[in-house]
Amino acid sequence: MIHVDVALRRGDFTLDARFETPEAGVVALFGRSGCGKTTLVNLMSGLLRPDRGRIEIGGETLLDTASARCLAPEERHVGYVFQDARLFPHLSVAENLDYGLRRSRGRAHVIAYDDVIALLALGPLLDRRPYSLSGGERQRVALGRALLAQPRLLLLDEPLASLDAARREEVLPFLEALRLRLVLPMIYVSHAFDEVLRLATHLVVLEAGQVVAQGPLTEVSCDPALTAIVGPAAVGAVLDAQVLDSDAATGLTRVRVGRSGELRLRAAQVAAGARVRVQVLARDVILSDRAPEGLSVRNALRGHIVLIEPQGDEACRTLVDLDGAQVVAHVTRDAVAALRLRPGAEVWALVKAVSLRSHSFPPG
Amino acid sequence: MPFTAAEIDALRLSFGVAARSVLFSLPFATLIAWLLVRGRFRGRFVLDALVHLPLVLPPVVVGYLLLVLFGRRGAIGGWLYDSFGIQLAFTTAGAALATAVMSFPLMVRAMRLSLEAVDQGLEDAARTLGAGPIDRFVSITLPLMLPGILAGGVTAFAASLGEFGAVITFVSNIPGETRTLPLALYTAIQTPGGDAAAARIAGLSLALGFTGLAVSEWLARRVRRTLGQA
Repeated sequence: MIHVDVALRRGDFTLDARFETPEAGVVALFGRSGCGKTTLVNLMSGLLRPDRGRIEIGGETLLDTASARCLAPEERHVGYVFQDARLFPHLSVAENLDYGLRRSRGRAHVIAYDDVIALLALGPLLDRRPYSLSGGERQRVALGRALLAQPRLLLLDEPLASLDAARREEVLPFLEALRLRLVLPMIYVSHAFDEVLRLATHLVVLEAGQVVAQGPLTEVSCDPALTAIVGPAAVGAVLDAQVLDSDAATGLTRVRVGRSGELRLRAAQVAAGARVRVQVLARDVILSDRAPEGLSVRNALRGHIVLIEPQGDEACRTLVDLDGAQVVAHVTRDAVAALRLRPGAEVWALVKAVSLRSHSFPPG
Repeated sequence: MPFTAAEIDALRLSFGVAARSVLFSLPFATLIAWLLVRGRFRGRFVLDALVHLPLVLPPVVVGYLLLVLFGRRGAIGGWLYDSFGIQLAFTTAGAALATAVMSFPLMVRAMRLSLEAVDQGLEDAARTLGAGPIDRFVSITLPLMLPGILAGGVTAFAASLGEFGAVITFVSNIPGETRTLPLALYTAIQTPGGDAAAARIAGLSLALGFTGLAVSEWLARRVRRTLGQA
């Protein structure tokens, strides 16, 4: 387990964050800019010291102010990929990669040099100097350098934030590959939810220095705390799904969600059995109190209402359980009254196939 | 234009004095620059002022103070002579000390500027990669300060070649011992019929100055190119 409980006061900003996540997988630390994400990873790396707190990784205490224990960053073996890469300008790419590796002697080497070079496609860059690299290449080298130092935890502080959209698309596949190929806990700081969707298994939501939600992404994706940050237009349930079959004629793929639910959508990955992740935006879900007929909507899933809560003046946030998969729908108060929606009521959730997007997400 | 043996001597002596002065100052100047930029302690202002004092004091005053402190009967000079048999006043080593003190602020200033430009984020990155304090300084900070160290070294070397007031006050004008180029030039001017010698020495100093500037510029460019700043 990774256990973090820290408090820090700087001027009029107060960070008081507590979270706990399993070591397997990618934990996204998500929140608006200025909510304390970078401060939190700096505290975990040891570059900052909290006023009070305790940090534990896999049973080892890195910091405990109660017993005055505080390991220096160089003793923590926590890798850090900074937003601005921070490659050493006076060293070549190969020397940058060696920097951490040489200083990790005497500890178990789990991450092999050749693997990192292959995984991040660093071979052609080895003789280059940092100033001659593109932004995306720099981040790949920074990733490799951090990995080769044999960390027990990797912190990534918005590694894509300084890149334009095209460069981001260039680096994201490498991050996805890392998640699959390495058994290394990662904490991924981001304020871009699409990155979180593609990479994270767990989510910790930070708001004004406090953790407001945490847990597996599929669970936290329906949490109202997230709605407040990503905005009502972007909020929606994240479902892990498995491809059942694909129809070349219609271009639609059937996927299984929950225990028995089926969705039709245009999928990125169409091999039967492949694992994909689907986001169902709350504003795209229509609720019906009976089985629909004569509609163009391709998806009608039967379920029951778990929760209805008012959101703003007109809307209601409605959580619907579709036999093991939960989706969230934004409906008007007027509709709630007209359809007599209430917790426990049976409903059909309707989603247009064209409004669903999926991406490949094999379990790590 | 043939140089006399005495002039060659003065040239050789000047180089020896300047080289010793620079080599001796480098580690101290690096340390002081680091303290002034990164140090968080009381009295930093006093240290700063102390280092820069030779820039604003008349060189003769510096020479006089050196004589008081490092003379045979001075507080430090007496101890050095009694304990180690080292004499600084009126010796070549003393000339090196005088030029070192005079050129020290120039060296510190150049290093300080380059250290201020070193991104501390890089040192943080080195920490997360397992580098301790000394390791970080040697592997990251020092190489990144290199342009400033080179610039400071070359400037101080050039200034040392030309130092006059502090040298003549502290170690006098002894041929073969403390008579560096500027002192030889001064002597030539004072000597009846020394016009030609004075012109030769002045020309030599001019050539040295130009060479120094050219070397410094070439070194700085080379380093900047390796760091990708050009």
